[in-house]
Amino acid sequence: MSESLLINLSIIILFLPLAGFIKVVLFGKKFPKLYLLEVAIISIAFALSVFVMYSKLAYYNTKDIIGAFTWISTGNAPFSDVLNIELGIKIDNVTVIMLFVVNLISMLVHIYSIEYMRGDKRYTRYFSYLGIFTFSMLGIVLTHNLLMMYIFWELVGLSSYLLIGFWFEKKSAADAAKKAFIVNRIGDIGMFIGILILFTSYKTFTFDTIFAQIAAGNLPFGSSAWLTAAGILVFMGAVGKSAQFPLHVWLPDAMEGPTPVSALIHAATMVAAGVYLVTRIFVMLTADAMLVIAVVGAFTSLIAATIALTQNDIKKVLAYSTVSQLGYMIMSLGVGAYVFAFFHLVTHAFFKACLFLGSGSVIHSMHHEQDIRNMGGLKKKMPVTYWTFLISTIAISGVPLTSGFLSKDGILAGTLAFGKLTGHWLIPIIGFTVAALTAFYMFRLVILTFHGEPRDHHKFDHAHESPLVMIAPLAVLATLSIFIFYTPNPLSPDAGWFMSSWVKTPEQVTPVDTRFDFLKPSAENIHGGHHGEIVHSVLYTETMHWAHYPAMILSLVVAGLGILTAFMFYQWKKINVDKLIENKFTNALYRGSLNKWKIDEAYDATAINGTLQTGSGLSWFDQKIVDGAVNGSARLTRIVSKISGWFDTYAVDGFVNFTAFFSGFIGLSFRKLQTGKVQTYIVLVVFSVIILLLFFKPF
Amino acid sequence: MIGFPILSLITFLPVLGMIIILFLKKEQTAVIKYTALAITALQVVLALVLLMNYNYSAAGVYEEKSFQFIEKFRWINITGISWLGTVKVDYFLGIDGLSMPMVILTALISFIATLSSWNINHSLKGYFALFLLLDTGMMGVFVSLDFFLFYIFWELMLLPMYFLIGIWGGPRKEYAAIKFFIYTLFGSVFMLLVMIGLYFSATETLADGSKVFTFNILQLMNSANYTADGILSSLNPNNMRFAAYIALFVGFAIKIPMFPFHTWLPDAHVEAPTPISVILAGVLLKMGTYGILRISYPVFPDVTKQLMWWIALFGVINIIYGALVALAQKDFKKLIAYSSVSHMGYVLLGMASLTSVGINGAIFQMFNHGTITAMLFLIVGVIYDRTHTRGLNDFGGLASQLPIYTGFVTVAFFAAIGLPSMSGFISEAFVFVGAFSIDAIRTLTIISTLGILLGAGYMLWTLQRIFFGPLNEKWANLKDLEFREYAMFIPLTIVIIFLGVYPSAMLNIMNTSVNSLVNLLSGNINITSISGF
Repeated sequence: MSESLLINLSIIILFLPLAGFIKVVLFGKKFPKLYLLEVAIISIAFALSVFVMYSKLAYYNTKDIIGAFTWISTGNAPFSDVLNIELGIKIDNVTVIMLFVVNLISMLVHIYSIEYMRGDKRYTRYFSYLGIFTFSMLGIVLTHNLLMMYIFWELVGLSSYLLIGFWFEKKSAADAAKKAFIVNRIGDIGMFIGILILFTSYKTFTFDTIFAQIAAGNLPFGSSAWLTAAGILVFMGAVGKSAQFPLHVWLPDAMEGPTPVSALIHAATMVAAGVYLVTRIFVMLTADAMLVIAVVGAFTSLIAATIALTQNDIKKVLAYSTVSQLGYMIMSLGVGAYVFAFFHLVTHAFFKACLFLGSGSVIHSMHHEQDIRNMGGLKKKMPVTYWTFLISTIAISGVPLTSGFLSKDGILAGTLAFGKLTGHWLIPIIGFTVAALTAFYMFRLVILTFHGEPRDHHKFDHAHESPLVMIAPLAVLATLSIFIFYTPNPLSPDAGWFMSSWVKTPEQVTPVDTRFDFLKPSAENIHGGHHGEIVHSVLYTETMHWAHYPAMILSLVVAGLGILTAFMFYQWKKINVDKLIENKFTNALYRGSLNKWKIDEAYDATAINGTLQTGSGLSWFDQKIVDGAVNGSARLTRIVSKISGWFDTYAVDGFVNFTAFFSGFIGLSFRKLQTGKVQTYIVLVVFSVIILLLFFKPF
Repeated sequence: MIGFPILSLITFLPVLGMIIILFLKKEQTAVIKYTALAITALQVVLALVLLMNYNYSAAGVYEEKSFQFIEKFRWINITGISWLGTVKVDYFLGIDGLSMPMVILTALISFIATLSSWNINHSLKGYFALFLLLDTGMMGVFVSLDFFLFYIFWELMLLPMYFLIGIWGGPRKEYAAIKFFIYTLFGSVFMLLVMIGLYFSATETLADGSKVFTFNILQLMNSANYTADGILSSLNPNNMRFAAYIALFVGFAIKIPMFPFHTWLPDAHVEAPTPISVILAGVLLKMGTYGILRISYPVFPDVTKQLMWWIALFGVINIIYGALVALAQKDFKKLIAYSSVSHMGYVLLGMASLTSVGINGAIFQMFNHGTITAMLFLIVGVIYDRTHTRGLNDFGGLASQLPIYTGFVTVAFFAAIGLPSMSGFISEAFVFVGAFSIDAIRTLTIISTLGILLGAGYMLWTLQRIFFGPLNEKWANLKDLEFREYAMFIPLTIVIIFLGVYPSAMLNIMNTSVNSLVNLLSGNINITSISGF
């Protein structure tokens, strides 16, 4: 097996999912059974990506494989600025793991959708959209440069737009699609400007070349402030795509799309692309940029968790939970816990996809009921859905023996170490608070949906377990939430293959004085071996060790507390929730959370309304002032031409010739034209040429 | 090289068609239509012949011998009018990388516009005769290398345009036609002034060694040709080059149209019949920016450099202002017209950077705007034909009734938004990359990126208002596209996506010339030593 084989296979994996889309463009609905082709195609892509992952991890574990070609080149003349744009693929360990995750979940969602979407009038189109999405997402994963990242970034935005608005007859769905695209664009503009800064400085979009230049001390516009700015601006792309505050508002609305889409795009893969982007640019982030990222992530995870507490729509709870968990990953990158962020991305993708598909199973069997107040008792009717949902809930809550425990615990240890090293204690405090809240709202969701007595007997009576093609994916995903796939030791991921040999924190390329102290390599731990192994100071390693047990114990305590409270509230009813809501103080909090802290309303009132008002104002200005001036000057000219006409007729003096010219010129071109006699124009042109020739002639 | 005068052929072929049509009877509508279609189709074929014989490494711009498909002979030659001296005007055609994309665009858009003229239902003969004359005028502007000739073609296109709007237009057609006409004429007067001024400031050396005043654009670029006391000669301490530049720029800016000279455009578009809107947006607007690149920039490199910040500023105003005003429109066609104002702003911004990337982006954007906006106006036309309304709030839910039409609309809208994989993205990205690399206009560039957000705003909002939501029952019987409409949309879609995926196909055509132009502007080459042949 050679490197070029892996590159070629990756290209095949990338383009395979497009086949379904092309089929629909060419044949439309002619072959309705052909959705099976799309399922087959994605399965092949998955099989290939397993092969690529295995080969890469087993044979090229420490080597990055790159294949690139020149796409655009404008440098073929002397003196001018040369522009060479390369497109290319970079396969490292992170790439192949993402390849596996994306293709696996995409395949499961394809299979699941066969049943879930059955009977929809745009069934074939649905699968073709899934195809464009998978293609675009794989492009993000495989790219070795920022431009291609941006290209596929926008393309996932398109497929997300198409799929959120899949049921476009519903106004809410069309609104949500538009909102998603536009809110993402705000982040994308920042990302684009960040890319422009880097390109202007380095004349390349390629990650490795840019990083090499920075490592060589060549900073954008010669200052580390610009490097920080570039990092934060590119990160803005992630703020949009990964739904970070203040651009998180699109993701909950995106739940208007079909539920399998929510699982694939808005939980497991596309929204994680933001996190993936930050892992890609991680090495060029200065301490200031990282702090911004940590704060944004922490704040997002907190605010989303508080909103998730009170939502009644099963998908909305999961959506806010996704925002919160993405915040966790972003925060984790900000505090330098690179590996745990990526680890959490992977584990979260599995259990959150499982949760969404599980909620889809519930919604499907409850005839499109999404309000958990009308559910309850479904455990008996839908055992497989229940158990898989429960396992994933346990995982996201961070209970031992699950994958979620491993990754979350790592993130919390990272924040704790960060707090100790830098004094920013607020970040670990938020981290642990969110852990408690997460455990609470997730178990609230499980209890209200599956436990207790049914609250809507009519719908309950019709409820039934979903067919095999829907529950099999649930089982696969729930299984992947168990620790054994990642490490042999259920309490510590450090010994596991994921952490110890697959993914490692890369070394920063930023100037040493702009890094956090703990990210400066100390002399003691510079071993040989390939770059990217020496990453931080001994102090950091020690602090992580120190943080390990406190973080684990603390996270167990808060998760336990959250779960216990959920049971007290909703299962055992030891605490009367309604009474709590009526209390003056808690009522304010409750309403704040229920109304999502009115962030949407604030945006509507300010930015959106402001823009629309400005538009209307300028439109008035355009019509009345700018165009008014045009029409006004036309009117003025007519008046002048009348006066000069009068002058021509009645005034008798020595300037007759001049007057004739003037009134002729003005009068012909304007007054007569206003009556529509264009023929005179030809005369006018000839006339004026002669006049001008006379005028310019240098005697 | 080709053995026949292909540029004259591609330019005057439509006049031939016009003559044929004039000899036909009024009632022979089908023959008239198919004649026009055949002529424009032949023009596309000729454009392809040009492309196949095109030399990608010939620069052109200021160097006569590296222009391609040159045709040059003495057209007007009046010797010895007492004080005027010898008046000499050349019939001088040739193309380079600046004009080649525009020639292809003109041929393509004229063909598509002919297809969309099928629904014109009165005075067909007059319509197609004028339409073909317009075609000649446009093509002529892009192939002329003599200012006098350029000016004649520029004015030639005005007359048929006036009648096409004024006779076949909407309810306020007279107002719109006259406004268009006078506004452009107003600009032409400035252009004429500068042209005459240049004529009396520069001379070219004839084969016999004598010096005569010249309209030859290439000769006008050579500072050695200017007389010491010429009013526009930089040797003259009291020269009026700065004022002349502004005057010429205004002449071109009206055509672009650049804020604040843009208000004729929405009126003209709203009243013009669909194919004329397509021509207007697809080709005519490009004549303004083309003129700047062909004449203003290389003839006045000194002033250009002084004013680059201002050009960028007006570009940014166009982008933001056009987009914001578009956001407030309730008429589909007016919205597209203002989006045109916004998108032409990118051309100005890219040109203002005076970099190779930026100017490549600008010309590429001219081409892409031509195809994308043409498609947008066709889209408006298709729905207007069926519903006789353009009010954005009169529709709703058409996506389920007209799925194929909606598919093409989605392509065109996302192309206009600048979605990667479509041509508009590449040109806008080039413009941004070029403009951002220049310190002086970096802040302006950052502001202008807001345009891509606002663009997504008004486009997606429009998409939603017309196509999404529950179907408006009034339109439950609308028919989806017919064959002729497929024939309009498919070529444009293919071009848009092909150039989005493989932009080098177009960039390679223009790149050599653009680099040459940039070198000229930056003073890297010494043009005075180059002579014609």
